[in-house]
Amino acid sequence: MSNIVLQVEDLHTSFFTRMGEVKAVDGVSFFVRESETFGIVGESGCGKSVTGLSIMRLLPEPGGRVTGGKVILEGKNILELNKKMMRAYRGKMVSMILQDPMQSLNPVYQIGDQIAESVRLHQDLPENMVEPEVISALRLLRIPAPESRINEYPFQLSGGMRQRVVGAIAMSCRPRLLIADEPTTALDATIQAQYIALFEDIQAKTNVAIIFITHDFAVISRICDRVGVMYAGKIVETAPTREIFKAPRHPYTSALIQSVPRLDRKDERLFSIEGQPPSMMHLPAGCRFSPRCTVSMDICKEQEPPEIKLTEDHSVSCWRVK
Amino acid sequence: MPEVLLEGRDIVKHYPVTRGLLQHNVGWVRAVDGVSFKLEQGQTLSLVGESGAGKTTIAKAILLLETMTSGSIIFQGKDLYKMSPAQIKSEYRPLVQYVQQNPYSSMNPRMRARDIVAEPLVCNTKLSKKELYTKVAELLNKVGIGSESMVRYPHEFSGGQRQRIAVARALALNPNLMVLDEPVSALDVSIRAQIMNLLKDLQAEKNLSYMVIAHNLATVRYMSHTVAIMYLGQLVEFGETEKLFEQPLHPYTRALISASQLTLPEDAGTITQQIILTGEMPSPMNPPPGCRFHTRCSEAREICSKEVPVMRQIGTQQVMCHNFD
Amino acid sequence: MQTQTTATAIDTKAKRKYSGMPRSRRIMQNLTFWIPVVIFALLITCAIFAHFIAPYPFDKMDMVNRWAPPGTPGHLLGTDTLGRDILSRVIYGAQTSLAVSLLVVAITAGFGTALGILSGYLGGNVDSVIMRITDIALSFPGMLMAILLAVSLGPGFMTVVFALSILGWAGYTRLVRGEALRIRNSDFVAQARVAGASSWRIMLVHIFPNIVNPLIVIMTMAVGMMILAESGMSYLGIGIPPPRPSWGNMVSDGRAYLSPPQSAWWISVFPGICIGLVVMSGNFLGDWVRDKMDPRLRQL
Repeated sequence: MSNIVLQVEDLHTSFFTRMGEVKAVDGVSFFVRESETFGIVGESGCGKSVTGLSIMRLLPEPGGRVTGGKVILEGKNILELNKKMMRAYRGKMVSMILQDPMQSLNPVYQIGDQIAESVRLHQDLPENMVEPEVISALRLLRIPAPESRINEYPFQLSGGMRQRVVGAIAMSCRPRLLIADEPTTALDATIQAQYIALFEDIQAKTNVAIIFITHDFAVISRICDRVGVMYAGKIVETAPTREIFKAPRHPYTSALIQSVPRLDRKDERLFSIEGQPPSMMHLPAGCRFSPRCTVSMDICKEQEPPEIKLTEDHSVSCWRVK
Repeated sequence: MPEVLLEGRDIVKHYPVTRGLLQHNVGWVRAVDGVSFKLEQGQTLSLVGESGAGKTTIAKAILLLETMTSGSIIFQGKDLYKMSPAQIKSEYRPLVQYVQQNPYSSMNPRMRARDIVAEPLVCNTKLSKKELYTKVAELLNKVGIGSESMVRYPHEFSGGQRQRIAVARALALNPNLMVLDEPVSALDVSIRAQIMNLLKDLQAEKNLSYMVIAHNLATVRYMSHTVAIMYLGQLVEFGETEKLFEQPLHPYTRALISASQLTLPEDAGTITQQIILTGEMPSPMNPPPGCRFHTRCSEAREICSKEVPVMRQIGTQQVMCHNFD
Repeated sequence: MQTQTTATAIDTKAKRKYSGMPRSRRIMQNLTFWIPVVIFALLITCAIFAHFIAPYPFDKMDMVNRWAPPGTPGHLLGTDTLGRDILSRVIYGAQTSLAVSLLVVAITAGFGTALGILSGYLGGNVDSVIMRITDIALSFPGMLMAILLAVSLGPGFMTVVFALSILGWAGYTRLVRGEALRIRNSDFVAQARVAGASSWRIMLVHIFPNIVNPLIVIMTMAVGMMILAESGMSYLGIGIPPPRPSWGNMVSDGRAYLSPPQSAWWISVFPGICIGLVVMSGNFLGDWVRDKMDPRLRQL
């Protein structure tokens, strides 16, 4: 069992708006080991992206703030670092890839410069060693002809290539943890497959721990070792990938999996979950999924279920599970 | 024998690329390069492909939002390009409607839901306001939106609800055909099933035909009777859904299926090996010679880079690949 | 219970009244709304009720009290070279300036918007022709045109309105055309076409309501700008003719008496301050409207 790189304990993040406090992340706990990929799956508004941003301490200001909990990266609670120290951590120890590469890349700078920026900030290299580092980052992401690519601008690259450049920036300082927020959602299916295979390779080479945030189950099944299912700001189930698909214990997890059409067989009728996710301003009492749950009991509408640890790797928050 | 509702014959759409002060033509984006298909009443045909394949262009051509460079579109036996604008307005438009991908931008943010759904009726009938709103309430109820929400504005609804309103709007004139451009990809996972089920129910009830543009193969499998796989402006495989997914013929189809399926560790060996394509889709301005897919195909031979393959009929499927010569 | 203490510690620092904004910033935001509103309210009141508010008629002369400084009994802001009360003339001037400004903004915005929508939506030759005319109007020197018109038509209220309107619509056309182009390519316009909507319907029902937002911002600022423009014309002597006061011609009148022996700075300065306040208010209000309509801020 390899070391734990990241431990998130009872994380709370809120947005303070004119209409009140929105508790986007309301008590989330999980861990990620070295060379492991932890998937966070959920629908829009469940708080998965906010979780990623909270760990990076990149919440939008004004309004977004971590209000509680710990984020322990390699033994250190990074929520306690001051801004200067956090900047040293970002890029070097923990890095992030976002969904839209055009938002992550500056259109007026060459990509070589953008990768070099990260290298210069975090590594104390003499100037003539910077370019080889940049080229090695491009090679890690299997970008062909890196020596000529470094002089290109983002608009000259295709979507898949741009996302690789973003990956190169993220991996340039070989961080211990990589947070990927829907990095393949905007990519075509075959490019997505390439990209995921690439990251499996990178993980084998660098032992980086990856948090993969997505809503796509096919992607989860391919790259993730363990998965956390989020709903309305909380993680409702955490389990190894196989168990999430074959033996989910939380009604939301199993409903979600049943509502996704399968490619390997013909579905006669898809199961559809009634209603829609709750507004984060008006959360239901008790278990947040109870209004839509087909097997909810009385207690579900009154009290929030505690987290129950079934095994080392499998936890559920549901009154139906003893 | 269901009649053919819509037929596309050799549809070609090239966009000119101009450069320079005098805007002279330097090349063509060959978005669609000779695509033919047939769609019967009451059936769903899905056009599948990645971005740049040309599927949205075909959808726009069918809806007459774009003009084709050449080819013909035959609707109920009539050639669209031979119809006068008045005929198009009275005989075509009411029968062919459109549901778009983005439920946020497909509605005028300044119009109330009831006016949005009423618009097709306003443009094509002379109903009184009262009659209009009665019909709108009926339509909204049919898609699962309560009539008390009629007076709300789009931003007051969720994505799934907006897409339902879009479907209600498309149903207003009782069309024969609906063009659905990625109807669920912008929606939450748990809402997609709701919308897909709704569409299937409506199809059964009204004998509607759907032309679905999609890139998600699982959605396609669930919703379609026939599937057309597109690559770089051409149709590479076409056939009945079940047969196509059980026995994909074209290497690209197999790669797409492989890229989209669930891969659980213990399934390895029982499912088709993972196929990872190399490289990316070439630019439609410069399609590769011969078979356009040969640059990424693991089974490519010498003939593939020289000769364009012909569409062949294998059972109920059609495939364009030298493997089947 | 380490987690507990840490949680509370971060929590109290995080709690604010209702918004992520510090209190000082919210006060500033509110001020930028209320100050201009108050000023415009004053302006409108003066304009409508000038007859009742002003202590004297604007043309009542008092040759004994010429160049009386501010604070002279009966004349809060002093008198001008003919003994007319400055305060009254400023109030009546508000009436004139506001009338000119509103009329010009209505004409230019109306005409310019209509042209812009036609140009942007219909495209092709219509667009080319309208755009070329717009380009000419934009490049033609405004003051020169004003002078030409004043000379040929003779000075007067309608001349001023005409002079400011004849070229002023072009800015709106340019702006609206851009917006119309953008909206023309939007998904909901495609839907309208599929539904069989006519071009007129699309322009009226779909394009126009969606350009109203930026238009209102521009119009709010334009009110102040037009008062300034009218003042400029009056200053040059081709504006509102005497005896009717406008802030511009008052500033102009006072020019000759700024230095000794009269040193009657108040004749020019008070109307000048008014012009400045109104233009500034127009800008602030326009900024506020623009911020309010920013969809990103609206959601949060």
